[in-house]
Amino acid sequence: MTRTAAHALLSHWVHRPVQFITLVLGLALATALWSAVQAINAEARASYASAANLLENAARPVIQRPSGPITLEEYVTLRRSGWPVTPLLEGRLPTPNGRVQILGVDLLSWPDVVILGDAPDVAPEDLLTPPGRLIARPALAKRLEAIPDLPTVIALDTAPAGLVLADIGLVERLLNRTGQIDRLELIDSLPQTDLQTALPGATLTYPETPDTARLTDSFHLNLTAFGLLAFAVGLFVIHGVSGLAFEERRGTFRTLRALGLPLPVLTHLILAELVVLALIAGLLGIALGYVLATALLPDVSASLRGLYGAQVDATLTLRWPWVLGGMGMALLGALTAGAQGLLRLRRVPLLAATGPDRWASAAARQFSIMALGGALLAISGLAALGFGGLIAGFAAISGLLLGAALALPALLRLILTRIARRARGPVSQWVWSDMSAQLPGLSLALMALLLALATNIGVGTMVSSFRLTFTGWLDQRLAAEVYLRARSDEQAEEIAAWLTPRTDAVLPIRFVDTQLNGRPGRVYGIIDHATYHDNWPLIAAGETPWQALQNGAILVNEQLARQVGLWVGDPVALSPGWQAEIAGIYSDYGNPHPQAIVGMSTLLHHHPNIPNRQMGLRLDRADVPTLVTDLRATFDLPVDAVTDQRQIKAASLQVFERTFLVTGALNVLTLGVAGFAILTSLLTLWSARLPQLAPVWAMGLSRRDLARLEVLRSCGLAALTALVALPLGLALAWLLLAVVNVEAFGWRLPMFLFPLDWLRLMALALLAGALAALIPARRLTRLAPATLLKVFSHDR
Amino acid sequence: MTVSRRAFVLASLAAMTQRAQAQGYAGLGSEAEGFALPTPGYRFDFPADHGPHPMFRIEWWYLTANLRDSEGRDFGLQWTLFRSALQPGETVGWHSPQVWMGHAAVTTPESHHFAEKYARGGIGQAGVTATPFAAWIDQWQMAGADPSEVRLQADGTDFAYDVRLKAEGPLVFHGQDGYSVKSADGQASYYYSQPHYAVTGRLDLPTGALDVTGRAWMDREWSSQPLAPDQSGWDWFSLVFDDGVRLMAFRLRGGRGDFTSATWIDTDGVTTAIPDGRLTLTPRDVTQVAGREVPTTWDLTLAERDLSVTVQAINPQSWMGTSFAYWEGPVAVTGSRTGRGYLEMTGY
Amino acid sequence: MRFDCNGSDMLLELQSVSKSFDARPLFTDVSLQLDGGETVALTGESGSGKSTLLHLMGALDDPDSGDIRLGGTQYATLNDRGRADLRRTRIGLVFQQFNLIGSLNVAANLTFQARLAGREDQDWTGHVTARLGLNDVLTQSTETLSGGQQQRVAIGRALAARPDLLLADEPTGNLDEANSDRVLDLMLDLVQESGTALFLVTHSEGVAARLSRRLHLSQGRVS
Repeated sequence: MTRTAAHALLSHWVHRPVQFITLVLGLALATALWSAVQAINAEARASYASAANLLENAARPVIQRPSGPITLEEYVTLRRSGWPVTPLLEGRLPTPNGRVQILGVDLLSWPDVVILGDAPDVAPEDLLTPPGRLIARPALAKRLEAIPDLPTVIALDTAPAGLVLADIGLVERLLNRTGQIDRLELIDSLPQTDLQTALPGATLTYPETPDTARLTDSFHLNLTAFGLLAFAVGLFVIHGVSGLAFEERRGTFRTLRALGLPLPVLTHLILAELVVLALIAGLLGIALGYVLATALLPDVSASLRGLYGAQVDATLTLRWPWVLGGMGMALLGALTAGAQGLLRLRRVPLLAATGPDRWASAAARQFSIMALGGALLAISGLAALGFGGLIAGFAAISGLLLGAALALPALLRLILTRIARRARGPVSQWVWSDMSAQLPGLSLALMALLLALATNIGVGTMVSSFRLTFTGWLDQRLAAEVYLRARSDEQAEEIAAWLTPRTDAVLPIRFVDTQLNGRPGRVYGIIDHATYHDNWPLIAAGETPWQALQNGAILVNEQLARQVGLWVGDPVALSPGWQAEIAGIYSDYGNPHPQAIVGMSTLLHHHPNIPNRQMGLRLDRADVPTLVTDLRATFDLPVDAVTDQRQIKAASLQVFERTFLVTGALNVLTLGVAGFAILTSLLTLWSARLPQLAPVWAMGLSRRDLARLEVLRSCGLAALTALVALPLGLALAWLLLAVVNVEAFGWRLPMFLFPLDWLRLMALALLAGALAALIPARRLTRLAPATLLKVFSHDR
Repeated sequence: MTVSRRAFVLASLAAMTQRAQAQGYAGLGSEAEGFALPTPGYRFDFPADHGPHPMFRIEWWYLTANLRDSEGRDFGLQWTLFRSALQPGETVGWHSPQVWMGHAAVTTPESHHFAEKYARGGIGQAGVTATPFAAWIDQWQMAGADPSEVRLQADGTDFAYDVRLKAEGPLVFHGQDGYSVKSADGQASYYYSQPHYAVTGRLDLPTGALDVTGRAWMDREWSSQPLAPDQSGWDWFSLVFDDGVRLMAFRLRGGRGDFTSATWIDTDGVTTAIPDGRLTLTPRDVTQVAGREVPTTWDLTLAERDLSVTVQAINPQSWMGTSFAYWEGPVAVTGSRTGRGYLEMTGY
Repeated sequence: MRFDCNGSDMLLELQSVSKSFDARPLFTDVSLQLDGGETVALTGESGSGKSTLLHLMGALDDPDSGDIRLGGTQYATLNDRGRADLRRTRIGLVFQQFNLIGSLNVAANLTFQARLAGREDQDWTGHVTARLGLNDVLTQSTETLSGGQQQRVAIGRALAARPDLLLADEPTGNLDEANSDRVLDLMLDLVQESGTALFLVTHSEGVAARLSRRLHLSQGRVS
């Protein structure tokens, strides 16, 4: 019996291959979107986790000597006098396709040696004695293997991203720097002895980036939010698709039951079928998601590198969490939707129900309750803002988005009823009122569309606003034509002397890492020059900030001002005995840390011995290439020591292009999935549509007319949803710019509006609506009159 | 983080030991890799032999001390410098194949404090020189004109010590004039000791600084084949009886039966080597330490010397949670003779 | 004059119409005529093809062979749109299941086809509404109405456009006897008032007897 019944159930798909494909594709798409976002997220997290050593490096105090490298003998002397330090030697290794950063560490004292914890078959003598071993991520390792005369490369997933790691003994040989150490990192608490006694001329720099965690937190929250959105949209689709599988076979179920198939057996059969479908589609979706993530990851990693300076490998590894997550999502979604269908199945009478469903008033009640819940959610989300903090910002965003989604059906119903009441012609009156009647079946899909559109607008507005602000700011901030970093103070002096007759101005860039109102931050000293007066982006200032600066006042960045709640005129405490009044506040995008600017003489008064190796050069734009070439020819400078300001700008802007690409791709995909949700909902409603359409057809509208109206209706609903999505998206953008940004990065961005984007989005929404209605509409034009006539037959 | 770091070094060193064992077992002889092997009849050459022997795979300067403060409370102190060669020989610079490891500990009846250090040979961060005598790793050191009178220093996050040692008796040689057999298969090491140190100095503990006095014992041992393949660990005793007689005794636990060895040291420093099988060691009590069962009370008998004593840990939790984890702590001796000493147990 | 039964006032003509369903012939070679304003009942056994014949007359379905004309318009020459135009402007339909438009209220349902056909006559609609006793429920949703009321809305909707031909398929089939009589009375009265011809399919002898002519479909033949 079971086999016969199973056969009957499954034969449906054989006769309706398109439906089957729709079903599998819908499930697969939802899974794909979700798992792609998860994959990117997982990859980024994994990269962070394994690069934790690098972040930790940044978090450890560093001992350097401005005048040059530290010698091996000095290192040993330090160790033997109780200094818990570990040596590092860094450089670039030439390879056929560019130079690769190489980091040499003493593997016996380097705390981050943890990353080798799971290295297989690595014997200590291989690592520590000649010829030694290089360690790199698999992708980089492959590149290195191609180079002759290099030691064996160990490919290790947990290796730091973007660089080659090796024992310092090997690195000093490769870089031809025997006995030299670039810097020491303090791996334990500071001993009693004074550093100047232990290592004359050395400086101890405390970690400049204690807050990196917050940045990455914010990025992960962003990705997680995107993942959740994908999950919500995906669930809507799966729900719709599974609903479709049920609705389409209502008749079969009824017949099977009438023929004596017990309900539990039928239930089990359907469940089994759902599970198998979910597995097939889930696997397909994961494969799709993998492809998608692989395509997007290079851009994501480039963005991350640009925005956060974080290294993310551009190669994707299949990770169990997101593979299982994707499968779980497909299964869970299919089963939740299935459970609803099964519940309904229990209520399927053996004989067909007659007459139209009396759900209109019930739906209205349900919509009101949902709207009420939505409003509460949105209000509590916004109330969460009162608590402050990044989490509150995201709580507000999710509350607002979910609340709006819940309130959407009621809102649409209200709008549609109003329009229908005002409609003149019978057709338009019918179309509008019919849209409202269709809402219960379409609301989930429309909610998905709303979320997709709102996110699109919100994230798009944020990124575009950021780009606009950032570009303008870059132009102001990077006023010097060339930036230069010398190897040592002596070299810097020589270069400055050489440059003076060749440039309009040489602006020294000197700084000290110190405390700003108790927070670790950097203080720059600048000389009095028009470059600063004319260009520096001040967002708040006293009367004559630049003059005040030369008289001992201070300019602080927005991050510091917002973190400690200070504004122009307030005093800032620097190192002991140094306090300065804020003369102005400047925007400082891309930097999460407190920063300040003082007059050069003030800085040198308090910190006489700070390095003087960096400078900005002002000169005629046209002379830049010649000057750069001459500079390189005259002085022994590291490759990255001279930077044309245009390169920095181009690199920064490229980050945005990539970010745009990724957000754009994800947005279009989300929209596509939302469109798919509409399609499946429309298909699900199909059999319920015929009793609505048949009388109108009988009364003299051709099937073609009806089909056109179906498309129009779908477009209309999509357009209305898009109209609701616009303010929602702008609210989202505001939350991102004015709340999340301030919390995560410490700066607030002005919000710009991009109406052309909205138009494009509206067109996309209409397109999604139209495409979704196309299949049902085509079906309608080809419908045999007999099918429509069945609606009128006595014994339906 | 420290755990994983230890895991790395432990794993590497364990791999090294295993390879050494495998070579010993296969009878391929360590000469194949260029390491030297101990031979019977070796004539020690001092002061040179106080220094390192880089042609041998492993070597240690192992000092333990039983101390008391003015109130008569018992303390234990450990200072150990291990040398482990990845390849035979020494070179200058980072590429040296010599890896040094330091362990330092202070044990009180209630607490056990320890620290560990690693360093490479060839750069001067750790090493041993014979004349003047100095053994060091970072700021830890044992130094003097020669080993008979040295200053010993070490510190960890929660302890520090600075003590002076003065030898009050001669060096003693174990086994056959310092050729100490470690298994029935003939694995052996060079092994001598200075068991006659008198100690004075200071301990710094979280509870405060203490002046202490007592006795110390230094073991010097080097070899290239630490254990026979079936041997899973050892129990090693250095006991100083109240009458001035001293006893070094160890048992190597093996799948093919235990291997025991001991050296009876008379008050005048005259030694008697006790061959395999004469000594009986019976665990009487075990303690849960670091998730395993470790015997912390022993019955030790040596019939030919009418010795029947109970050896009991002063602090049963003297666990060295270092890369090689082992038990090492001071003990009290009661029975036919009384005294104090040190116990080391590995492989539990 | 409208009640004349001679051919000069012929409204609907079927010539040699055949139709089969699932390869089983429903009827073959059926010819019949209907004059303007005439009321004709068609009876027959269940499954004999009565409804199908009505669908053919309403240009809702195509015959396998034969010719159907309404007021001289030959159905076979019309495309889908032409048929839709014909139905919209000249034919009214009433079904057993009422088939009202659920999303529209009573008033909108009543005037739907008339407005669709572009000839809403407010006086006439008002008259029909009043006659059908629907004035009190005009603003209500159709789903709140009783079966009798729903069928009266359906009749009103069909007649508000003053079609030439009203096709009714078991219009009282879902109603109890009292309601059935009342609805039939109203329909006949209104048909007469608007000069609309009525072709009514029923299994009820009593209903059939109230119409001016009566046809019987049996064994694929109309007699």
